[in-house]
Amino acid sequence: MINPDLTINTDLAREILTGFVRSEITRVGMSRAIINLSGGLDSALSCALAVAALGAENVMALRLPYRTSSADSLEHAQLVIDQFKVQSETIDISAMVDPLIERDSTISSVRKGNIMARVRMIVLYDQSEVFKALPVGTSNKTEILLGYSTMYGDSASAMNPIGDLYKTQVRQLARAMNIPAPIIDKAPSADLWEGQTDEKELGFTYDEVDKLLYLLIDQRYSPQEAIEAGFNESFVKAVTARVRRNQFKRMQPPIAKVSNRTIGYDFLYLRDWGT
Amino acid sequence: MVIFSNLRHLRKNFDTVYHSNLSTSWGILFSDKRGKIRPMKLNLALAQINTRLGDVESNLVKHLEYIEQAKAEKTDLLVFPELSLTGYVLQDLVASAAHKPTEDDPIFKHLLKASHDLDLVIGFVDEDSRHRFYIASAYLSGGKAIHVHHKVYLPTYGLFDEGRFFAWGDSVRAFDTRFGRMGMLICEDFWHASPPYLLWLDGADIMLFSSASPGRGLNDKEKLESARWVERVTKAYASMFTSFVAHANRVGYEDGLHFWGGATAFDPNGEELAHGPYNEEAITYTQLDLNQLRRTRARLPLLRDERTALTRNELNRILARD
Repeated sequence: MINPDLTINTDLAREILTGFVRSEITRVGMSRAIINLSGGLDSALSCALAVAALGAENVMALRLPYRTSSADSLEHAQLVIDQFKVQSETIDISAMVDPLIERDSTISSVRKGNIMARVRMIVLYDQSEVFKALPVGTSNKTEILLGYSTMYGDSASAMNPIGDLYKTQVRQLARAMNIPAPIIDKAPSADLWEGQTDEKELGFTYDEVDKLLYLLIDQRYSPQEAIEAGFNESFVKAVTARVRRNQFKRMQPPIAKVSNRTIGYDFLYLRDWGT
Repeated sequence: MVIFSNLRHLRKNFDTVYHSNLSTSWGILFSDKRGKIRPMKLNLALAQINTRLGDVESNLVKHLEYIEQAKAEKTDLLVFPELSLTGYVLQDLVASAAHKPTEDDPIFKHLLKASHDLDLVIGFVDEDSRHRFYIASAYLSGGKAIHVHHKVYLPTYGLFDEGRFFAWGDSVRAFDTRFGRMGMLICEDFWHASPPYLLWLDGADIMLFSSASPGRGLNDKEKLESARWVERVTKAYASMFTSFVAHANRVGYEDGLHFWGGATAFDPNGEELAHGPYNEEAITYTQLDLNQLRRTRARLPLLRDERTALTRNELNRILARD
């Protein structure tokens, strides 16, 4: 069994990622970041990076509970706010979410979860205008690859400093940046319904899938080579299919080309154009 | 002059490369073709700057600021990174960012003027008379562009897409400066072994490398994989070619790409002379003791013994195989 080592130099990661946040915010003439703090690990790390990049006074953390959210989530978000001394707002989203949910008595928990994630996005972007800040993303590489997110919901941001770190690497950097221990130690959860955990819903652990993804993506192993390296065949197939199936979530919607110059195909500029 | 032409004669007839700069005669080693005494020491400065993407005017201002700083430190030669006037991921900005290293160019006229005080290597987009665009480095000295190198290897794989936007350079040439013969290469050029080798055979004793190298390969090591790779080969070229090798790499971010800096200079023994910081703007100063070429090559005559005719014969055979 090949057992890849996903250890990262956390000092170097911190330096590169804080520089990224600082660069992407200041180059457009802004100085502030805003983050939806869920109480989980990813947003705690993004918050810590934003503080290291911009200073605590320039970071706004939002806590956006729904009425069924666990008390732990709110408390853990508060631990981060206290630890890093960032500004914060708590806005209960129940009154925004419930009217939509109540329109359909047969609504599934997935639909409910998507609505909550998208309402949180609306509040994040609205508050970003109030605070004159850019929303910092909180999606890690594992969930982006697996498509374990809500499009235009938790995946929406102006920049994402942690999207090239696997979940297990997020944990390493979080430890190095003094994220409170209860947040690092708890089971990752989107907390969209009671008792939900990522690993239960996905059907595998982050430790397992990160090693497999690292071989498939970073090391360019074929699925067959990953199986020969000792990974369970059905696991490899399921993960490979999932990565492919969720490509749409990682892209801007394609534009049908009819003109000689089309956005996305032959109108090519970086976002940092002119800055 | 007589000795020089004799050496040319030797080069033609023997399986060895000679160059006027490389003779064991003191007189030839330290004077140029016109007999002027050449300095023994070169105060070199490597500028690792951040740039504004496609905003040549504001990048020019930064160049002029760095030139002032370097002048105050009595710098002889200041090297800027790849595409230092324009930024790196230009895509559809290429045409609007292009300039010519001539007096009548609104950007280069300032740099050419500055080159009366110190020599400069500038990274820019060069446009030829038939509107082909090149990733280029210009060596400016005494108000003139004495050499322009067009990048000959355009990486078009992985995160790179240079071949889509730029024309391929088609020559690798050493050139004479007031400090001796030099060569310039740009980033991917020195990921291939042949361009530094050609410069070596063409007489370059000082190789000036410039990059806009995006950092990649974070693992548990002290440095990124990309930084370790570049430092390893740069040091290796200095060692194998018993030459000075200096590298200037930019810093800053373009979208998610991060450029790591870490300018370096190595002496003909492959020993590190200077190492700039990572991930921040800086000028790294060092002094090249040009006499070290002679001392190293007296000990280690790799250049003397290089069998270029053998290389040529084998290349001819290999290329004729199909």
